[in-house]
Amino acid sequence: MSGDYSYIFSSILSGLDATIEATLGGIALTIVLSFVAGLAMLSSSRWVRFVSRVYVEAFRGTSEVVQLFWLFFVLPALVGFKLIPLFAGIIVLGLNHGAYGAEIVRGAVQSVPKAQREGAIALSLSPFQRMFRVLLPQAVVEMYPPFNNLFIQLLKSTALLSFISAGEITEKGELLRPVYGSKLVFIYGVELVWYLLLAVLITVVMRFLERRGARRLGREPAVRKRRRRVSQKVPDTTGAGL
Amino acid sequence: MSDSSSMIRFDGVVKRFGDHVVLRELDFSVAPGEFVTLIGPSGSGKTTILRLLMTLEHVNEGRIHVGGECLTHMPKGGKLVPANEKYLRRMRKRIGMVFQQFNLFPNMTVLQNITEAPIRALGLSKGEAEARAVDLLDMVGLTDKTTARPSQLSGGQQQRVAIARALAMRPEVLLLDEVTSALDPELVAGVLKVLKEIASTTDITFLCVTHEMQFARDVSDRVMMFDQGQVIEEASPEKLFTQPDHERTRAFLHAVLDRA
Repeated sequence: MSGDYSYIFSSILSGLDATIEATLGGIALTIVLSFVAGLAMLSSSRWVRFVSRVYVEAFRGTSEVVQLFWLFFVLPALVGFKLIPLFAGIIVLGLNHGAYGAEIVRGAVQSVPKAQREGAIALSLSPFQRMFRVLLPQAVVEMYPPFNNLFIQLLKSTALLSFISAGEITEKGELLRPVYGSKLVFIYGVELVWYLLLAVLITVVMRFLERRGARRLGREPAVRKRRRRVSQKVPDTTGAGL
Repeated sequence: MSDSSSMIRFDGVVKRFGDHVVLRELDFSVAPGEFVTLIGPSGSGKTTILRLLMTLEHVNEGRIHVGGECLTHMPKGGKLVPANEKYLRRMRKRIGMVFQQFNLFPNMTVLQNITEAPIRALGLSKGEAEARAVDLLDMVGLTDKTTARPSQLSGGQQQRVAIARALAMRPEVLLLDEVTSALDPELVAGVLKVLKEIASTTDITFLCVTHEMQFARDVSDRVMMFDQGQVIEEASPEKLFTQPDHERTRAFLHAVLDRA
C-alpha cells in the first residue's frame, strides 16, 4: 500500500524537472518579449507601436491551448519539422505571457513621474539614455508585483503542456490515473502541493528583488510600512477594548 | 537688440494650451551674462517661458533664439522648419534648468546624478566628470554627500545638488524655476546664497522665476513684471520695486510684500 504511494510520489516527481524547465524558460522569454513589446508600445514611431499592439492583442486574445496546438501540430504539417514538446511549450508560454507583460512594462514606465523625463531632457540626454538610464531603472521596481503574478500564472499554465506530452508533472499524474483510480486524492494532492511550493518560491524571489529595488531608490518597502502601521494601531485597539 | 548681442530672444512667441492663450506675441531679450528675473501672478505664464527655452514645451507661433541660433526651428532646404530631436539636443547643451521639485534621479547617487550627463551627453571621461562634480559639490557645500542617495538629503541639499548637476554641463544659460518654492523656510537661505555666488562669479546668463523678492532685488540686473501673457513693465530692481510705473505691478508687489 505505502509502496503505491511512494511510486505515485516518485512518478510525479520525475515530471518536476520538465515543469521547472518550462517555467524558467517561459519566464526568460516572457521577460525579453515584455520589454521589447512594452518599450515598442512607447515608441514615437506609429508603425512600431502598431506591430507591438498586434502582437499583444493576438496572443492575449486567443486561447493558449490553441496556440500550443498550432505550434506543435499545425506548424509541423505546414513547414515539415517538429519542435520538441518542451521547447514548443516554452515558446508558447513566453509568447503568451510576454503579451501580458508588455502592458506591465508600458504601464510602469508611464507611471514614472513626468518630472524625471524633464530632468533628463534638461541634461541633454538622448531619448535612449532617458529610457535606459533614468526611466526604466525606476520603473522596474513597479514591475515586480505584477510580474510576480504573471510568473505564477505561467507556472500554472505549464500544466497545459500535458496536452503535447512534454513530460511535466500534470502529465505524469494523468498517466497514473488509469492504474491508481482509487488514489486520485493523493495524485492530485501531490500535484497541487508541487505547484504551490514552486509558486511560493517565485514569490519569495520576487519579493526579495522588489525590496532590494525599492531600497536602491530610497523608498521604504511596502511590506514594512504596512507592518509598522499595524503595530502602531495595536495600542489603540487594546485601549478601546479596555 | 540684434542677434549677436542677445543671449535669449523671444520674437512674437505665442503659446496656447487648448483655447487658453498663455503667451500672446511675447517679445523680449536677455543680454549675455545678464540676470533677469520674471515676477508676476501665478498662472501668468512665467514658468512656460522657461519650459519653452528648455524645449519641454513647443511654441505655437514665433521664434526663440539662444546665443544667436534659432532654438525652435532649424534650417532645412533654405527654409526654417520645426526643430527635430537631434537639433534640439545640440541646442539643449547650451541651456541648463533647475526645477522647483529638484528632479534628481533617485536611482543614482549624488555623484552619479552630477556626472551622468557630462559623461553621456558631453562625452567627458569618468575621471573628468568626477573631478568637475567634486569641485561643484565643494562650491555648494556638499562634499561629504557624494555617495548619498537623493532620498537621504534634505530639500535644500537636494536643490543644491540639482544646481551642481545643471552647472556640470557648463551651460551658457541657466533657468531657475521657483527653485526655493518647495523648500522649508529655513533651507531657502542656503540655496539662495549658492545662487548668488554663482551669479556673481560666472558669466552665465540667468533667467529666473521666483517669489523671493529680496533675492530678486539683490541679484537681478533687470526685473520683468509679467501678466496675462505679456511683459507689462521692466526695469532695474531698484526702480521696479520702489517706484513701479504700472498700476498692476504696484498691486502685485503690495500683495506679495504684505504677505511677507
